[in-house]
Amino acid sequence: MSHGPAKGIGRWLFTTNHKDIGTLYLWFSFSMFFIGGFFALVIRAELFEPGLQIVEPEFFNQMTTLHGLIMVFGAVMPAFVGLANWMIPIMIGAPDMALPRMNNWSFWILPFAFAILLSTLFMEGGGPNFGWTFYAPLSTTYAPPSVTFFIFAIHIMGASSIMGAINIIATILNMRAPGMTLMKMPLFVWTWLITAYLLIAVMPVLAAVVTMMLMDIHFGTSFFDAAGGGDPVLFQHVFWFFGHPEVYIMILPAFGIISAIIPTFARKPLFGYASMVYATASIALLSFIVWAHHMFTVGIPLVGELFFMYATMLIAVPTGVKVFNWVTTMFRGSLTFETPMLFAVAFVILFTIGGFSGLMLAIAPADFQYHDTYFVVAHFHYVLVPGAIFSITAGVYYWLPKWTGHMYNELMGKTHFWLAFIGLNLTFFPMHFVGLAGMPRRIPDYALQFADFNMISSCGAFLFGAAQVVFLFNVVRTIFSKSKASAEVWEKPTGLEWQLPSPAPYHTFTKPPVIQ
Amino acid sequence: MLHIGPNNPAKAFHAFYLGIAVSTLCFTQNAFSSSLNMTEGVTSVSKEIYSLHMNIFWWCVAIGVVVFGVMFYTMIAHRKEHGAKASNFHESTFLEVLWTLIPFVILIAMAVPATSSLVKIYDTEEADIDILITGYQWKWKYEYLGEDLSFFSNLSTPNNEIYNRLEKNPNYLLEVDNPLVIPTGKKVRFLLTSNDVIHSWWIPDFAVKKDAIPGFINEAWTIVDAPGIFRGQCAELCGKNHGFMPIVVEVKPENEFNQWLSEQKAVAAKLEELNSTTFTFEDLVTRGEQVYLNNCAACHQANGKGVPGAFPSIAGSKIATGALSDHLNIVIFGSQKNPAMQAFGAQLSEADLAAVITYQRNAFGNNMGDSVQPKEILAFKQNNK
Ligand code: HEC
Ligand SMILES: [Cu+2]
Repeated sequence: MSHGPAKGIGRWLFTTNHKDIGTLYLWFSFSMFFIGGFFALVIRAELFEPGLQIVEPEFFNQMTTLHGLIMVFGAVMPAFVGLANWMIPIMIGAPDMALPRMNNWSFWILPFAFAILLSTLFMEGGGPNFGWTFYAPLSTTYAPPSVTFFIFAIHIMGASSIMGAINIIATILNMRAPGMTLMKMPLFVWTWLITAYLLIAVMPVLAAVVTMMLMDIHFGTSFFDAAGGGDPVLFQHVFWFFGHPEVYIMILPAFGIISAIIPTFARKPLFGYASMVYATASIALLSFIVWAHHMFTVGIPLVGELFFMYATMLIAVPTGVKVFNWVTTMFRGSLTFETPMLFAVAFVILFTIGGFSGLMLAIAPADFQYHDTYFVVAHFHYVLVPGAIFSITAGVYYWLPKWTGHMYNELMGKTHFWLAFIGLNLTFFPMHFVGLAGMPRRIPDYALQFADFNMISSCGAFLFGAAQVVFLFNVVRTIFSKSKASAEVWEKPTGLEWQLPSPAPYHTFTKPPVIQ
Repeated sequence: MLHIGPNNPAKAFHAFYLGIAVSTLCFTQNAFSSSLNMTEGVTSVSKEIYSLHMNIFWWCVAIGVVVFGVMFYTMIAHRKEHGAKASNFHESTFLEVLWTLIPFVILIAMAVPATSSLVKIYDTEEADIDILITGYQWKWKYEYLGEDLSFFSNLSTPNNEIYNRLEKNPNYLLEVDNPLVIPTGKKVRFLLTSNDVIHSWWIPDFAVKKDAIPGFINEAWTIVDAPGIFRGQCAELCGKNHGFMPIVVEVKPENEFNQWLSEQKAVAAKLEELNSTTFTFEDLVTRGEQVYLNNCAACHQANGKGVPGAFPSIAGSKIATGALSDHLNIVIFGSQKNPAMQAFGAQLSEADLAAVITYQRNAFGNNMGDSVQPKEILAFKQNNK
C-alpha cells in the first residue's frame, strides 16, 4: 500500500504529495529570496554614499520595484504556502491536501510567472520601474513597454495564490482527523485558515486592478487617465484594498509559527489560545477597512481621513493582545534558546518595534511628515524582515529535523541568527532617523545630511546578506548530515507532527490519528 | 559569567537595547534633533504635528519598557539552565480584558489631539495668497494666481556634482534655479495639480505634504512668521528623476516680497520682448544649449543620445534632422504617442523654443544649418491651433 516517491525529475514535476510540493515551494521561495536580496544589495550599494556611482536612476527604479515584487510575491508568500503544505495536513492528522492535483498546478505556474517578471529586465525600455505599488499613471501611460508582461506575471501569481488558498481552506475544513475540533487546531492552522480567506477575498481585486491597467494601456479605456475622464486616485483605492489585507497575509501565518515555537522552548502551553484566535480574526476583519491610511496625502475628505485614522489605530489593540500573550507564555516558563527560539524572541521584540512605528504612522497629521519617507521604509521592513522572514526562518529551523531526519548545526544556526539580527538592525534602525530627518524613499541619490546613516544601512545590508549564506549552507549541510534527529526533536513539544518519526514518512496519517 | 555571546542571548539583547535606549536619549536632545528626529518646523501646524509625534513616541517607549522589561526579566530569571521549572498557567480572562482596555484608552488619548490638528490642517478657507503648483516630470511650476506671474523651478545642482566629478556643495540636490517666494505672516494657499504623473509637494518645515495629481486640484496652506529659506523634495515616485526635483521656498517680509514680485514682472516683460527679437544663428545656438540642458537633458541626455527604449536620441533623430515643421510640431504640441514628450509650447517662451529647436538641429552632429526665429514659432502656434 504505502510506496515511496517516484524516481528522477518526474517526482518533482508530477508530484501530488503535499510534502514534495511543500519542499518545492520552500526552495523556490529561498531562491527568490536570494534574487530579491541581490536587488536590495544593488540598491544599498548605490546608496552607500551620495552621488551616482553604480547604477543610473532608471535602473535603480527597476531594482526597487523588482526587489519589492520578488520579496512579497516570490519569497514571503510562497514560503508560507510551502510551510502550509508541509505542516497543515500533518497538524490536523490528514493524509494529504484536499486537492493534490491542483496543488501541483498552483506551484508549477509560479516559476513561469517569475521567469516572465525577471525577463522584463532584459527588454527594451527595461523592467517595471514604477515601484511595487505601481501607481497609475506612472505604470500605465508612462510605463515602459514591458508593463504588459508584468501584468501577465501578476495574473499568474494571483491564480497560483487563489488555488493555494482554496486548497488550504478545503483541507482544513474537510480533512481534520476525528476529534480535531476547530478550537483544538494549532494556531498555525488557524492563522492560515484566516489568511486563506483573505487571499480569496483580495487576490481577485489585484487581478482587477492590473486588468484595468491593461485596458488603459491597450484597449483605449481611461480608468486611471484623468485626460479621458478617469481617476488616478481610483487606482490607489483599488490597489490598497488589495494591498492592506496583503500585508496581513504576510504576517498572520508568522503569528501561527511563533505561537508554535515559543511554548515549546518555554515548556509551557500557549497563553490565551482562544484570545489568539479571536485577535487573528479581528485583525483580518479590520484589514478591510483601513486601506486609505496608505493614502493620507492624496486629499481624501476630512471625514474619510478621520475614519481611516481611527480604524487603523484600532488594529493596535488585537496586535497588542498577541504580543502580551506571547510574553506571558514565556513568563515563568523554563526557557532555553535554541535557534528557532532565538528567532522567535527576536520576532516578538522587533515586530513590536515595527508595530510601534505603525501606530505612529496611523496618526494622520503626523503621517503627513512620515509618508513616503524612509521612516515608512523602516516601519515595513521591521514588520516584514524580523516579522515574516524571521518567523519563516524560525519555522525552518524548528521543523527541519522533522523534514530531513537530521539535526541542523546549532552553532551555525546561532551564528546565522546573530549575524542576521545585527545586520538587520544596522540596516533598518538608522532608516527611522533619515526618514524623520526628511529623506524621501525610492530615490537613487540623496542630500548630504543623510550620508552617515545611509552608509551604516548599507553595511548592515551586506552583513544581513552574508548571514543568509550561512543559512543556506546550514540547511544544505543538514540535509546531507549524518546526525539523526529523534521523533520528538525538542523537549516534549506538542502537536501531531512530533508523533511521527523523523524524517516524516512520505505518506502520513493514511489512518487518522486518535486525538485525545 | 556575564559574557555576551551566542550562549547568552538575553544579555546580548540587553546590550543591544541599551544601545537603542542611548540613541533614543540622543534623539530627544536638540543638538542632534535635525539629523535624528522630525523637525519641529516653523509653523504652528508643524509644531503641533511635532508634539503629536513626540507624544505617540513616548507612549510607545512606555509600552516598550513594560513589555520588553517583563520579557527580559523572564529571559534572565526563568532559564532552564538555572533550574527554572515551568508553570502551567495558560488562561486569564481578566488579563485579556485588561490588556485590551488599556491600549484602547491610550488610543483615545491620542486620537483626540490628532483629530483637532487634522481639522485645523484641513481648514484652507480665507487665504491671502493663492499659488497654483503644478508637478511636471521633473520640475515644479509656480503660478501666482491673480498676479500674472508664473515660472518653472528646476534642480540646479550640476551634473558634475551628481557624477562625483566635483565636490558636492552643502545644498546638494536641495537647490533650484527659481525658488518659490512667499511673504511672512500671510495665509498662503497652495493649489496642487500635475501635468503628467503623480508628484507630492513637501516642505518638512511647514509640515505640508500634499499629492499633486493629474486631473485633480488638492489644497494645502501655511503661514510662516519669520523669513528664511526652506527646502524639501518631491515625495511621490514620479519616474526616473524623482530624486532630482527639489522644492525651495524663500519666505520674505512683506515689503521685500512685493518688491520681488514687481521685479519678476519686469523680468517677465523683458523676456516677452525677446519673443519679437530676431536672433543671430550663434545667439540661438548658445541660448538653445542652456534651454536644452534645463528642460530636455533629463530625458534626451546632455549628449543628445537619449535612453534606449525610453527616450529617443536627438543625435541623428529623424525629426531633428527632418522637416522643420515636424520638429516644431513635436516640441510645441508634444507627442501623440508618448505623453512623456510634453507640449513645451505651453512651458517655454517663443524665444526659448526657437533657441532649443535650432540647437537640436545643429548639435550632436545634426548639422542641419537651418534655424528658426521666435516670430515663426508664434506663427506656427497660431496656424496649428
Ligand atoms: C520627460 C521626458 C522628456 C523631456 C523632458 C523631453 N522629451 Fe523630447 N521626447 C521624449 C519622448 C518619450 C519622446 C518620444 C516621443 C514619441 O515616441 O512620440 C521624445 C521625442 C522628442 C523628439 C523627437 C525625436 C524623434 O526622433 O522621435 C524631439 C525632437 C524632442 N523630443 C525634443 C525635445 C525637446 C526640445 C525637449 C526640451 C524642451 C524635450 N524633448 C524634452 C521625452 C522627453
Ligand atoms: Cu515628482
